[in-house]
Amino acid sequence: MHEFDWSSIPGALPFLWDGMKISLEITIQAVIFGIVWGTLLAMMRLSSVKPLSWFAAGYVNFFRAIPLVMVLLWFFLIVPKFIEQLFGLPSGTDMRLASAMIGFALFESAYYSEIIRAGIQSVPKGQIAAASALGMTYSQSMRLVLLPQAFRNMVPLLLTQAIILFQDTSLVYVSALADFFGAAYKVGDRDGRLVELLLFAGAVYFVICFSASQIVKRLQKKYHPA
Amino acid sequence: MGYQWNWGVFMQPSGTGDDTYLSWMFAGFQMTIALSLSAWVLALILGALIGVLRTVPNKALAGIATAYVELFRNIPLLVQLFIWYFVLPELLPESLGNAFKQSNPIMQQFLASMVCLGLFTSARVAEQVRAGINSLPKGQKNAGLALGFTLPQTYRFVMLPMAFRLVVPPLTSEFLNIFKNSAVCSTIGLLELAAQGRQLVDYTAQPYESFIAVTVAYVMINVVIMMLMRRLETKVAVPGYIGGK
Repeated sequence: MHEFDWSSIPGALPFLWDGMKISLEITIQAVIFGIVWGTLLAMMRLSSVKPLSWFAAGYVNFFRAIPLVMVLLWFFLIVPKFIEQLFGLPSGTDMRLASAMIGFALFESAYYSEIIRAGIQSVPKGQIAAASALGMTYSQSMRLVLLPQAFRNMVPLLLTQAIILFQDTSLVYVSALADFFGAAYKVGDRDGRLVELLLFAGAVYFVICFSASQIVKRLQKKYHPA
Repeated sequence: MGYQWNWGVFMQPSGTGDDTYLSWMFAGFQMTIALSLSAWVLALILGALIGVLRTVPNKALAGIATAYVELFRNIPLLVQLFIWYFVLPELLPESLGNAFKQSNPIMQQFLASMVCLGLFTSARVAEQVRAGINSLPKGQKNAGLALGFTLPQTYRFVMLPMAFRLVVPPLTSEFLNIFKNSAVCSTIGLLELAAQGRQLVDYTAQPYESFIAVTVAYVMINVVIMMLMRRLETKVAVPGYIGGK
C-alpha cells in the first residue's frame, strides 16, 4: 500500500497559486471574449444575409468537430510564428500564454454562440414584431428588446459553460504551461510525490467546480422557479 | 511564410523504417476508434444504471448516484486521467498494482484511458437518462403501479422503453464528445490520432501537413457519426414527441 506524505504541498502553495492565477486568467478572458464574439456569431447565424449565416455556421461547426487538444496544438504552432512576424519579435519568445488565450477564446466562442443562439430563439417572435411595429431599427430591437431578455434566460447556461471552460484550461498541459494543474504536476514530479499532488489537484478542482455549480443552481431556482 | 509544403511526406518510409507515415496515421485512427467505442460501451451501461438510480424513490441509492455524477462532472478529464493512470496503481493492493505496472505499457495506457473516458462520459449519460425518465408524464408510472406492476417492473416494461428512445438525440452529442475527448489520452502517451500527429511533427518537421491530416480525420469521424445518428434518431423517434412524426 502507498504511504501518503503530504509534506511537499504547504511549501508549494505559492507556486500552485501562481498556477491557479493563470488558469483563472485564461478562463475569465475566454469567457468575456467568448460571450462577445459568440453573440456576434449567433446574430450572424440568425441573420437573413446568407453569406454571414454560412460563415457563422461553418465556424461553429468546425470548432465543435475537432478536439480542444488539437485546437490548442494548432494555436501553439501558428500563433507564435504569426505574432513574431507581425511585431518583429525575436524567434523563440515565450508566447504560450498568448497562444493558449487566443485558442481558448476562439474555441469557446463557438460553444457560447450556440447557447446564445438558443437564448435568442427562446424569446417569443412577437417581441421582435412589436419592436419593429414601434418603429425600432434592427439594432435597437436587438439591443433594447431581444438581447436583454435572451441573456436573462441564458445566465445559468453561460455560467455552466464557464465552469466547463475552467476545467478545460487544464489542457494547456500539452504546451507545458504551468497553470494550476501543470504546477501541481511539476511539484509532484520534482518531489516524487505525484500521487499526493494529483489527488490534491483533483480535490481543489472538485471543490471549486462543485461550489460554483451549486451557486448556479441556486441562481436558476431564483430566476426560473419551476 | 517560407514554409516548404510537402504532402508526399505521408508516403515516405517512417522513422522506424518498415512502413510509411500514412500507416502511422491509420494506426492512430484505429486506436482512436477502438478507444472511443469501448469507452462508449462502458459509458452507456454505467450511465443507464446510474441515471435510473437517480430517479428511484430510495434516498440512499439516489444519493449515491448523485454523488457519482457530481464527482465525475466536477474534476477535469485530464486530472481524472492522470489519477487513473498514475495514482490508482499505487493505491491498489501491492500484487494488483504490480501486475498492472508490469503489463504491456500500451495495455496500461489503453486500459486507463478506456476506464477514464468511460466513467467520465457515464456521468453525462446518466444525466441525460435521468432527464429522459423525468420527462415522462407522471401518469405512466402511476398507471404501471396501479395495474399491479412492482416498481422494478414499471421501470422495465413502462418507463425505460420510452425513456431510452427519448434519450437518443441528446446522447448523440455525448457520443461525438467521447471521440473528441479521446484526444486527451495522448497526454499519457497513448498513440491515438492526436499523438500520432505530434509524433509525425517530431519525425518529419512538417507540422502543417500532419496537423491538417489529423484535423481532417476528426472532422470526418464527426460527420460520419452525425449521419449515422440522424438515421438512428429518426428510427427511434416517438410519434407525438418533439422530433417524432
